[in-house]
Amino acid sequence: MLILFRVFRSLRVAIPAILALAAMPLSAQDHSGQYPPADIAGGARVYAALCIGCHGPTGAGVGGIDLRQGPLPRASTDSALATLLATGIPGTGMPAFRLDATDARMLVAFIRSGFEASTTTAPAGDAAKGKVIFEGAGQCLSCHRVNASGRDVGPDLTDVGRTRPAAAIQRSLIDPTGSMQPINRPVRAVKRDGSVIAGRRLNEDTYTVQILTTEGRLVSLVKAELAQWSVATTSPMPSFKDTLKPDELIDLVAYIASLKGTRP
Amino acid sequence: MTTFLLTWLILIGQVTSDTLVRAAGQPKNWLTYSGTYSGQRYSTLTQIDRANVKNLEMKWLLQNQVAGPWESSPLVVDGIMYLTQRPNDVIALDARTGRIFWIYKYTGSPEFKACCGANNRGLAILGDTLFMGTLDAHVIALDARSGRVLWNVAVAEFAHGYSITLAPLAVKDKVIIGAGGGEYGIRGFIAAYDAATGKEAWRFNTIPAPGEPGSETWSGDAWKNGGGSLWVTGTYDPALNLTYWGIGNPGPDFNAGQRPGDNLFTDSVVALDADTGKLRWHFQFTPNDRYDWDSTQVPVLVDANWNGAPAKLLMLANRNGFFYVIDRTSGKFLLGKPFVKVNWTNGLDANGRPVQTPQPPGATTWPGQQGGTSWYSPAYSPRTGLFYISTWEDVSGIFTSQPAQYQQGQYYWGGNFRATRPAPDAPVAPNIRRGPINNWTDAASHGAVVALDPATGERKWTFKMYDLTDAGILTTASDLLFTGGREGYFQALDARTGELLWKSSLGSAQILSAPITYEVEGKQYVNIICGNVMAAYALRGE
Repeated sequence: MLILFRVFRSLRVAIPAILALAAMPLSAQDHSGQYPPADIAGGARVYAALCIGCHGPTGAGVGGIDLRQGPLPRASTDSALATLLATGIPGTGMPAFRLDATDARMLVAFIRSGFEASTTTAPAGDAAKGKVIFEGAGQCLSCHRVNASGRDVGPDLTDVGRTRPAAAIQRSLIDPTGSMQPINRPVRAVKRDGSVIAGRRLNEDTYTVQILTTEGRLVSLVKAELAQWSVATTSPMPSFKDTLKPDELIDLVAYIASLKGTRP
Repeated sequence: MTTFLLTWLILIGQVTSDTLVRAAGQPKNWLTYSGTYSGQRYSTLTQIDRANVKNLEMKWLLQNQVAGPWESSPLVVDGIMYLTQRPNDVIALDARTGRIFWIYKYTGSPEFKACCGANNRGLAILGDTLFMGTLDAHVIALDARSGRVLWNVAVAEFAHGYSITLAPLAVKDKVIIGAGGGEYGIRGFIAAYDAATGKEAWRFNTIPAPGEPGSETWSGDAWKNGGGSLWVTGTYDPALNLTYWGIGNPGPDFNAGQRPGDNLFTDSVVALDADTGKLRWHFQFTPNDRYDWDSTQVPVLVDANWNGAPAKLLMLANRNGFFYVIDRTSGKFLLGKPFVKVNWTNGLDANGRPVQTPQPPGATTWPGQQGGTSWYSPAYSPRTGLFYISTWEDVSGIFTSQPAQYQQGQYYWGGNFRATRPAPDAPVAPNIRRGPINNWTDAASHGAVVALDPATGERKWTFKMYDLTDAGILTTASDLLFTGGREGYFQALDARTGELLWKSSLGSAQILSAPITYEVEGKQYVNIICGNVMAAYALRGE
């Protein structure tokens, strides 16, 4: 009953994708081999852009769930799967995705077909296009640094391609809070004189903490001298899962994963 | 030099066996690994107290010339300190100034196998003779005045994975050691050697051969590579003439299915007759261990009331997450209580045996492979009546097992362990800290000093640290508790409350040793090793 209620609530705020799917003869498509090959191929791109970071190339990357083999008790039909994609699963790592109708249809086809054909190989992104997004619409340099460009509010990404796999980069773009490494959690200190210091931790121990402030200053604080000290668990970074198209996300991941440069 | 003369020197030299028995009454010296035979790491020195501890200042530093974790605990005899540094050097120095008299460098085989680093945890002294175990499984005796070798005996095959990393224990006219190598499929042993000659006096195999007591807990040939290493010094009760040793994990470490049975005497404490090595009793903490939970923690001997009557107790905070109290005359289980989260057992039965609940494959086990505590020395204060341990508060993870094929001198693990991550791909605390930056944070794991009430096993107080701690603990009769941690702070707490009273930063390096205290020319010192430095502190002034 509770589950049904949730579905109805989600449908009330439904996105066009769900309405489009609901209008289709879904029951006829609930079997492998009955999806248009073009949809499956397109779905593979959407999967690579949004899903592969957690679920992996074989669909078994999340414990106890095998997207390729099933069973998927929460998504036993195409429409249920589309709904789940639109609502996410609260309390788990599964976020909600605002896919357009075509992307949603294709992703459902890819998953429901059992990752059919040779589409399981993640399509390669175009790093050059990703760089344009990184430096332009994505506004990544407003917080992150790559070599001499950008700012130090977020972690330096100059060599992130060496330290993090592409899947982890993708997860960070889709679910920044869930993917945030604890050392990068934003910190905020209030001194006894009321002044506030906020920024990113570089190091910490029982008695002190070393911070790069939002203004770009190195500050070391003695905890016993502070009036307040807090560590946020929500990332200030926006999710790009709904603001970039799947192809753009693949390109952006390709670019960030290519950042393997040594720091000057 | 004749055997007779050597024996005479041991009996009348600066540290007689009687001196060792009465070490607690000679607090100016630090005569054994844990200070006294009881293993309490407690000193009756009171010059430094809770009021003046804030006036401690550094008196000297000893710069070690050897890189790598330094886990040694020194001895001090009449103002002379005897200290080991890795791999197997012995240093004699002035405990007042830190200036060196002599350095002895042992040149053993470089082909030794030491799974967890080229460590040596210290020396024993008897008469004017120092005793050290080596990484290539020799025991050597040195003249304490010159560092000259008196004898050198090979006690096991280092090529098979045997090594000696613990500080020997001198008892009467013998020196007792135990063999390490639990990750190499050794068959462990405890052995005593004539202090004058190095001749083996007795040997207790920690893994019984077929037909020997305890062999019924093994199947087939598994006993041959059953592990049961020793790498932390045991304790001794002169009145009972029993010596107590905590024994390491079975081999292969993680594949319990490969060695059905309880696997005695792994993960046990044994009480041996100090003259003969005969087993008086044993108590096993983790039968058929699949977690690498060595029980090599110091078995601390305490005389205290139990249920209103005077009792001879043995206390041990185990890597498996439980604190135990045992009757050390009989081995009878008296109390067992978890001090960290555990889910590998539903609890202990009336005899202290755990009802094990192995987690399904892929599921998380508490505590993790390094356990709730480990080899870092605990302390007991007869004044507060509290038992103090360094804990890993929140480390958990996933154990995996797989068949292991024994190959001489090779790792014999049979699986592995990975710690739970606070976020995908986030770093976890390294088993041994590397580097001065903590990028795993306390979200991954943190340590603490915990004070337990031995009567109940309940926590009286907790001193939380941001990072983990592998530092030992010292308490004194002025109710001070000294300890370190992975962050390089040497700290003094109020032993009654856990309140921080004083700290000194020795740099962002790890403290892997335990503090000691001693007195020279009327001044009390406290010493700690941090990173590659030993620091000595005393009160400000002359």
